[in-house]
Amino acid sequence: MDIAGALSVDHLKFLADGFKLTLYVAFISIVLSFIIGIVFGTLRYANIPFLSKVVAVIVETIRNLPLLLIIFFIFFALPEVGLKLSPTVAAIAALTVFESAMLAEIVRSGLNSIDKGQIEAARSSGLTYIQTLVSIVMPQALRRMVPPIVSQFISLLKDTSLCVIIALPEFMHNAQIIYAQNINFIIPIFVVVAFMYFIVNYCLSLIARRLESRQA
Amino acid sequence: MLDFSILINNLDTYLEGFKNTVLASIIALIGSFIIGVIVAVMRIAPIKPLNWIGSAYVEFIRNIPLLIIAFFFYIGLPSIGVTLSGFVAGTIALAIYTASFIAEAIRAGIQAVPKGQMEAARSSGLTYLQAMRIIILPQAIKIVIPPIGNQFINLVKNSAILGMIAGLDLMYFGDLVSSHTFVTFPVYIFVAMFYLVLTIPLSLGVGYLEKRLARSH
Amino acid sequence: MFKSKTSKIAGVLLLSASMLLSACGKGDKETSGTAAKNALEQIKSKDKIVIGVKYDTRLFGLKNPSTGDVEGFDIDISKELAKDLLGDAKKVEFKEVTSKTRIPMLNNGDIDAIVATMTISEERKKEVDFSDVYFDAGQSLLVKKGSAIKGLEDLKKGTKVLAVKGSTSAINIRQKAPDTTVLEFENYTEAFTALKAGQGDALTTDDSILYGMADQDSNYELVGGTFTDEPYGIAVKKGNKELVDAINSALKKMKENGKYDEIHKKWIKSH
Repeated sequence: MDIAGALSVDHLKFLADGFKLTLYVAFISIVLSFIIGIVFGTLRYANIPFLSKVVAVIVETIRNLPLLLIIFFIFFALPEVGLKLSPTVAAIAALTVFESAMLAEIVRSGLNSIDKGQIEAARSSGLTYIQTLVSIVMPQALRRMVPPIVSQFISLLKDTSLCVIIALPEFMHNAQIIYAQNINFIIPIFVVVAFMYFIVNYCLSLIARRLESRQA
Repeated sequence: MLDFSILINNLDTYLEGFKNTVLASIIALIGSFIIGVIVAVMRIAPIKPLNWIGSAYVEFIRNIPLLIIAFFFYIGLPSIGVTLSGFVAGTIALAIYTASFIAEAIRAGIQAVPKGQMEAARSSGLTYLQAMRIIILPQAIKIVIPPIGNQFINLVKNSAILGMIAGLDLMYFGDLVSSHTFVTFPVYIFVAMFYLVLTIPLSLGVGYLEKRLARSH
Repeated sequence: MFKSKTSKIAGVLLLSASMLLSACGKGDKETSGTAAKNALEQIKSKDKIVIGVKYDTRLFGLKNPSTGDVEGFDIDISKELAKDLLGDAKKVEFKEVTSKTRIPMLNNGDIDAIVATMTISEERKKEVDFSDVYFDAGQSLLVKKGSAIKGLEDLKKGTKVLAVKGSTSAINIRQKAPDTTVLEFENYTEAFTALKAGQGDALTTDDSILYGMADQDSNYELVGGTFTDEPYGIAVKKGNKELVDAINSALKKMKENGKYDEIHKKWIKSH
């Protein structure tokens, strides 16, 4: 092991560049998958004839595939049918597609956990179905969904590391370039990379726990 | 629309990968369950140092990417003298990673059983372990089955990580078929189908159990 | 309280979504531009050539994490190319490619050309157009010094040979040594790291790339000479004759004015 050589200032700067891209890609994917997840989860919950079934099939198919396969597919296979994306856009697209499906399921079960009696009460007091959903059901459900949603975001942040396969210059990729120089760099670099992920994700999970205990 | 000749001409390759994916999943599943139970017990046992170790394991492993754990076992360990094949390294990494989620699910399940029951059981003369085994665990199991089931589905999906360390799984061989035939779209569609053959029944099974257990409460 | 928070979140969401959309929009415009003009004119009008190079291949294209620069034979050839096409060696932008990502990156319009240890092969000619040969490599084997493997004939059943996905050498080795186990990796970094970690008995690819590895770690050496011809070419999108011609004339000039030999000597000197 060569700790001093592995963790030189230049190397740390190079790692920091990668980490910035990781956070950037993760942030945009989180935002997009949050929106799409809520829309798809609600559509599935709402039991609209045909549409809800179609959404269910899409969500279930994606949820049951490995993310790695989705990344490969979007970057290597979609160009064959004419959709060409740069590594950054492909990474964001793949993460968004996968995490949206995971979030849609969280949203659906969150909505399902709200007592049906409330819907009936709201409806009979004159609200439309959509009004009931938006102003009565969704706010309560969202609060309940916070912990699973945050853990899904943590997964997403970790999963950005898989984008190393399309040579996206993110955290893991830059780590690889450094340890490629010398096998004695591997373990120190892994420790640093693992700790960086740990710190960010652990903070996220602490926030989730605080939100959870506040609502309890 | 789909060119099935890709599947037929490379069927042996696909099946070899599929077999290894199933094998890695089963071994990692058993391994992660055993480690998960041990860690969960450590976290709730009335001995402080054990609690700390258990918590540290769960919090650390849960918050780092599986890829790092897999790389660590495949190319990190050899620098301290332990060489594992891609399949073995990947399977161990999968078990260790999934165990942290399973431990957390089990702990949450056990703690969902009201504390009073443990106290009542202890005061009626049972030891801690007896109370755990006879009173607490049977109730906790009902609560933890759905989340553990979901973790197993994740495990099967995550096993694709073996493809990145030459673990000879479905993802690895799918990738080879694609790079040797210069065809990508149908190759990956067939890989996806093989994964769905595994994960869809698992998902349906977990969904069914979830409903049944919810009813029996 | 919850309401104001949601509206804030919604604001952030909208902003990011529009950012991404505008980013995608930009990409679209660029690709549609490619169809309208030929690749050479397009390079000239944006006054910059984007070249896909390796970042993990010592002597040809290696990212130096300390300086942030990419260095190697392919890099210097690319700079000369930019100098010839655009009058300035600095008018080149490098993007990282791997053996697996280079053709998709080219076809996606992310890069204008590939200068990345790429062998001219019949299969690949169906997908891209190649320049004249700019480097002659041949497939060989890299082993730890003192290994029992001395050449192709020592690759027997049970020997593990490491290769890179999407490379011609991964396909060749299966024909030349059908009994060995071939393990394939995403890139040379992973393959060489795996060899150093003892995950295989030999690594196979072009001698040029292997020299770079032996150069980096003196515990490893090439054995058995070369057993294939791997002529390297510069690849561009299919149907861009003007660009191929321009590249060929640039290569010719480099060879005539001694620049090529200079670059060759600088990187490939001792072998």
